[in-house]
Amino acid sequence: MSNEIMSEIKRDHIVNLLRNGSRTDGRGPTDMRKIQIETNCIESADGSARVKLGRTEVIAGVKIIPGTPFGDTPNLGVLTTGAELIPMAHNTFESGPPGEDAIELARVVDRGIRESGMVDVEQLCIVPGEEVWMCFVDIYALDYDGNLFDAANLAAVCALRTATIPGEQYGKGENRPMPITCTPISVTEVKIGNELIVDPNYDEEQISSARLTVTTDDNGNFRAMQKGGCGSITLDELSTCLDRAVEKGAEIRKLIG
Amino acid sequence: MSGHTDMVLVDDEGMRIDGRTAEEHRPIKIEAGVLNNADGSAYVEIGKNKVLAAVYGPRECHPRHLQNPTKAIIQCKYNMQAFSVSDRKRPGPDRRSIEISKIISEALEKVVLTELYPRASIDVYIEILQANAGTRCAGLTAASVALADAGIPMRDIVPAIAAGKADGHVLLDLNKEEDNYGQADVPIAIVPSTDEIVLLQMDGNMTREEFDHAIELAVGACHKVYDIQKDALKRRYSRNTQEGSDE
Amino acid sequence: MEKRNARQTREIVVPGDILDSSGMKPGENAYVLDGKVRASAMGVRNVFQNTVGVIPLRGCYMPTSGDTVIGVIVDIGPSNWLVDIGAPYPAPLHVNEVPWKVEFGDTSRYLSIGYVVLLKVLSVDESKKIQVTMKDSGLRRIEGGRLVRIPHSKVSRVIGKSGSMISMLKNMTDCRITVGQNGMIWVDGDDENADVAVQAIKMIEEKAQSGNLTDRIKEFIESKIPQDEIDDEGEE
Repeated sequence: MSNEIMSEIKRDHIVNLLRNGSRTDGRGPTDMRKIQIETNCIESADGSARVKLGRTEVIAGVKIIPGTPFGDTPNLGVLTTGAELIPMAHNTFESGPPGEDAIELARVVDRGIRESGMVDVEQLCIVPGEEVWMCFVDIYALDYDGNLFDAANLAAVCALRTATIPGEQYGKGENRPMPITCTPISVTEVKIGNELIVDPNYDEEQISSARLTVTTDDNGNFRAMQKGGCGSITLDELSTCLDRAVEKGAEIRKLIG
Repeated sequence: MSGHTDMVLVDDEGMRIDGRTAEEHRPIKIEAGVLNNADGSAYVEIGKNKVLAAVYGPRECHPRHLQNPTKAIIQCKYNMQAFSVSDRKRPGPDRRSIEISKIISEALEKVVLTELYPRASIDVYIEILQANAGTRCAGLTAASVALADAGIPMRDIVPAIAAGKADGHVLLDLNKEEDNYGQADVPIAIVPSTDEIVLLQMDGNMTREEFDHAIELAVGACHKVYDIQKDALKRRYSRNTQEGSDE
Repeated sequence: MEKRNARQTREIVVPGDILDSSGMKPGENAYVLDGKVRASAMGVRNVFQNTVGVIPLRGCYMPTSGDTVIGVIVDIGPSNWLVDIGAPYPAPLHVNEVPWKVEFGDTSRYLSIGYVVLLKVLSVDESKKIQVTMKDSGLRRIEGGRLVRIPHSKVSRVIGKSGSMISMLKNMTDCRITVGQNGMIWVDGDDENADVAVQAIKMIEEKAQSGNLTDRIKEFIESKIPQDEIDDEGEE
């Protein structure tokens, strides 16, 4: 995601450890870092979550306001996801409008949520053809130690799951919970040499050649994927990633209940 | 400030809508060292305001043309997150946040020993997670704790708080309703060791007597904020020593 | 300087705190205002003879000439390399300051980006421009092993009173350890032992403020490495 010069010694150390199936923080190749989630932490938001994935931290908030539907989907609510890699989170992040990394991050999270049908947008219609609820999910990286994709996905998903449609505030009926149908979970792996590791930290991400994010739904079906990085992955590696995404996805879904 | 309301902001007993007297500030919570990557950081809650501040540096100054050959520059970026206010705020800087960033940078410049780091930049990032009137003061309060936490040499820590006027009463630390429907707002930051003022703004309508009273209230409260700031910094280190002896 | 005061009570002060109002002189990280000495950094109050100052707990490394530092090559020019030594400014290493004869434009043949080097700070001028050299005994490119980065303010704890901590670490783990004044530490040895050495260094970093550190580190290493396995080589 960003560039910083890594010492040859550190790089070699990570690579050597991986050959023996271990990682600098003591994890095995398929272990996720500790996940901590705090929901509804922001009262001014209609839904919010702050997620820690190891030393990576992300906050997501949902704002829901009445607006005009798109012409081609007059009866459907609108869902928009944005992400910012603010300079607070890492010394390589710069202020300014979202760059390509932030936009890719937002779009991958958005795709998982949208394609899984997590939010039943039909139920976000207020007056068909005229007025619908528009949900803005805004994600901010607060502390970056790798794998923003999974941290951002978790934060956005948890924020949406706990969101309330603010009917009373806008005189549009009673407040009601967000119509949620499932919980899309992404699992990201990177490739270092010929090894695949789940939930890379910053150093691992820096020296990886390729990245794959796979988002699954409650049934373990695939809903979104994104390959990143300049390297390639083999079909066998892809198969491994898909299996792990289903397995890890189920574990995380269980964790957040 | 110009809004009108039938809402009674200060009742006959002198009580405010959140149960405070004129001279009380909202509950304040400060924690130092809350982020991993930043060189220094702080989290501040003042009433319903929730603010994070992070400091990076001194480090090489970008863009280069801003470098000063005799001292470090302080570059503060104040940012309101999209969900921090009741109507979603469009991401990115606006004129208000650029102005606030500038006056906070200048307030901090007074206490930081910038001459120790020529050509460098000390970057201060303030993120407003939740806003409820008084975010610039909460932001500056957090920023100075984050600077001290980063080990940046400085003469003193800067506390900030606002005073103002609502329903004809001079009040300390306006909440959102008082700010929206009141008659004046005066955010202030001081250097506690000398009581010098390093940030001052005012908008609204006040007499000389009211203004003097507001300053007196705010300066007094700044010293209380200062104690909470110092306590947060000292707690961070006693916490470290304690963790040590637990294991 | 802090060694002499190791037994003093560790009073944490923050910027602006009054350190003395009885006429002492300001030491490091202290200034005088209206006859009182105040702290200008967060750290531990430190008295030496008639001066009072602050030993900082955190803060960035500012090089002083003569410091031995470990750095990473981050950029290459035709006649120098830029080295990140953890200071606010990268340090240029000129081709005249390396032990090889390097032709103009041939720098990358000798040191590439990412290489780790052990250097000495030659000079720091008034505007904090740094010059470093690799031309002195022991200075070299470092290969293998692992690097640990700690705040430079904790370096003196890792070294210990007249080097007691570092020689204990070396002896008990049988590792080669080089400590840069800038907080970069290189550890090389048998994989498991190097792990223990790295953990011990991290422990010193975390617990730098607590008492009888040496005993606790000793206990920690003993619990990980049975000491009869290590030959007593009597390192310095």
